Amino acid sequence: MAATLEKARVSKEGEFVVIDAKGMHYPELNVLIEDVINQGAKKLKLINVNGQRFIADGLRGDYYIEIHGVAGDDLGAFANGPTIVVYGNVQDGAGNTMNAGKIIVHGDGTDIIGHSMRGGKVFVRGHVGYRVGIHMKEYKDQVPVLVIGGTAGDFLGEYMAGGRIIILGLQRLETYPEIVGDWLATGIHGGAIYLRDEVDEDKLGYGAKFEELTEEDLAFLRREIEEFCSYFGGDVDEIMNAKFTKVVPLSHRPFAAMYSDSKEAGH
Amino acid sequence: MVRNFPPDFIVRVDKEACINCLRCVRECPFGVHEYDKEKKKWKRHHEKCVACLRCAYMCPTQAISIEKHPMEYSPHPVWTNKVRKDIKTQAETGSVILTAMGNELPYLNYFDRLVLDACQVTNPSIDPLREPMELRTYIGRKPEKVDLEEDNGVDLKTKIAPNLKLETPIMFAHMSYGSISIEAQLSMARAAKEVGTYMGTGEGGMHVDLYPYADHIITQVASGRFAVHEEYLKRGAAIEIKIGQGAKPGIGGHLPGTKVTAEISQTRMIPEGSDAISPAPHHDIYSIEDLSRLIYALKEATRYKKPVFVKIAAVHNVAPIAVGIIRAGADAVVLDGFRGGTGAAPQVHRDHHGIPIEVAIASVDQRLREEGIRHWGSIIASGGIRSSADVAKAIALGADAVYIGTAALVALGCTVCKKCYTGKCPWGIATQVPELRKRLNPDEGARRAANLLKAWSHELKEILGALGLNSIESLRGNRDRLRGVGLSDVDLEVLGVKPAGR
Ligand code: SF4
Ligand code: SF4
Repeated sequence: MAATLEKARVSKEGEFVVIDAKGMHYPELNVLIEDVINQGAKKLKLINVNGQRFIADGLRGDYYIEIHGVAGDDLGAFANGPTIVVYGNVQDGAGNTMNAGKIIVHGDGTDIIGHSMRGGKVFVRGHVGYRVGIHMKEYKDQVPVLVIGGTAGDFLGEYMAGGRIIILGLQRLETYPEIVGDWLATGIHGGAIYLRDEVDEDKLGYGAKFEELTEEDLAFLRREIEEFCSYFGGDVDEIMNAKFTKVVPLSHRPFAAMYSDSKEAGH
Repeated sequence: MVRNFPPDFIVRVDKEACINCLRCVRECPFGVHEYDKEKKKWKRHHEKCVACLRCAYMCPTQAISIEKHPMEYSPHPVWTNKVRKDIKTQAETGSVILTAMGNELPYLNYFDRLVLDACQVTNPSIDPLREPMELRTYIGRKPEKVDLEEDNGVDLKTKIAPNLKLETPIMFAHMSYGSISIEAQLSMARAAKEVGTYMGTGEGGMHVDLYPYADHIITQVASGRFAVHEEYLKRGAAIEIKIGQGAKPGIGGHLPGTKVTAEISQTRMIPEGSDAISPAPHHDIYSIEDLSRLIYALKEATRYKKPVFVKIAAVHNVAPIAVGIIRAGADAVVLDGFRGGTGAAPQVHRDHHGIPIEVAIASVDQRLREEGIRHWGSIIASGGIRSSADVAKAIALGADAVYIGTAALVALGCTVCKKCYTGKCPWGIATQVPELRKRLNPDEGARRAANLLKAWSHELKEILGALGLNSIESLRGNRDRLRGVGLSDVDLEVLGVKPAGR
């Protein structure tokens, strides 16, 4: 019974294996994805996705996955290589602790997008919620990049240890038109955040500071914005022609002087 | 200003016995022994001595002895010497006092107020030399009921969730590479494999030298997400989400950049020399629902092949929290009591937060039973387990298995000098300094760590025999085999044990 049901859900469309996710609970959907991948599928198209969690979790390899609908929590968490394109919104934790790969979101994202990412890129055309990019890190040549077309909420890039976050602010919320919320980059000790607007110093969290952009920064921004426009359209020069604010750590060792013991105190 | 701060210890050297070989100068990582070659004069910096006893045991003529310094402030029961010294240290530095190992304040140790039963006359004890004794323990979710299929023999129809199979209910606690040396980790990994149990990686990732033992290693996912990578998750035997730690409940941790060497940077997957900061909470977990999401994200990423544990510090409302954890989908909850050790913790947290492990085990086991979900997940207890008797009492109170940390390090040579956070462990354990690391030979370490497990397992079998039980399973949560000595009515009620004599 289950087998026929699953057969009915899977079809071919050119190079794509199409899965109809309508009404499926996430464990079944993810088992089905695993099955078709084990049978050799390289390109997958998931249709009627409606909040199913953990799609492409821990997936290793250069698969291409198209998602039509809303992807649920932790899309591509721990992923290591796949490219995931979402024609819709994503929920919390897309790209959580991702090591490599790409997530391209045509809609908005909610909270903790790109949490603890170590590598790869996430592009979101619209807005994102709170706690985005917390504890992003980098390692050797792995430098994760998060590009948001709209705005971001509070706590952006907290504890950031590496990587780059770009907030373009091309769209604004009526209720909160600012490009970013409060507590920006609290505890940051690596990496950098670029915001395409003036940002009030009051928004900066402990351990963060503003820094002038260099030529290198501008070249980097242009490259990333070119990629952003290649997915979502837009004029690169027009987007570049604006004031950017750069946020960096005050120190790479924020807690260096916090502790002591009697021996070190010279006693 | 005069620094009126008496040293803790005094180094006495028998001048007759000393042959000026300077061994002690080389052995002491804290610079206690100083010899001026020109003036041919010794200076001993007593104030730097931590009583690790390394020099005393390495001195070829046994010329050295370390004693408590006889000079103390005028005695006062409230303003103890320790209190006065701490104030002076902080007045000098203006900073948080850092320390290591477990809680040092003289709180009541419930293990020492609990006694085990023994069989006499009416119910015979069992001789473990004659009868098989089962210490094997499975950690993980157990099925509601078991359905069998009979058809050419009997097959199991029920799908069993992945469980860890332990040949003895004792595992080595999570101590990260970075906080301890790879030699110390290797010692425990080999011992775990030999005895049929497990060790934890801590948040430091898995060094390549540990790969051959990966099926006996539990990986850890902590708030810094260091080293967390799909291959790492898939390589280990189980995954533990670390929410809290008994030695420092409610706070994060950080490995200072000075300790992030090339090798450490590789296993943690962070740049060399950068501070490795683990925030206090996981910033993707602010609720039980969020925790459930991480549990299932890890299960999905490993295709439901690995049990996922959640470790918390034992705190006031530990029972409902643990129930939430088990309901969130964890295969085991790890309770770390306030005597749990650490490589580095602010003293104020280590000594003043959290609750004893004994009461935490009892209340969590009780609550899970009341809710009818005790079989959904196992209870792993840690934090101050010092002997096989403590293991037996922890299991009788309701634990399935225990983790040992400090006890394992003591087996490897640690003298509990509490200086792990300096990275200069005199016994080669909590250090990355190559000259110090050489002091621990992993072959010898593995032998000693395995011996400790074997000795305790042997004693556990004897304890079971005396109780007239032939499997550790029958002791689990069997509080009727415990009695309290000198405990209050409320303590007894919380522990669920009767007073001795009843
Ligand atoms: S190790 Fe012993 S014999 Fe050698 S110098 Fe030190 S105290 Fe003297
Ligand atoms: S591990 Fe080393 S530094 Fe830490 S307490 Fe033991 S002997 Fe001292």
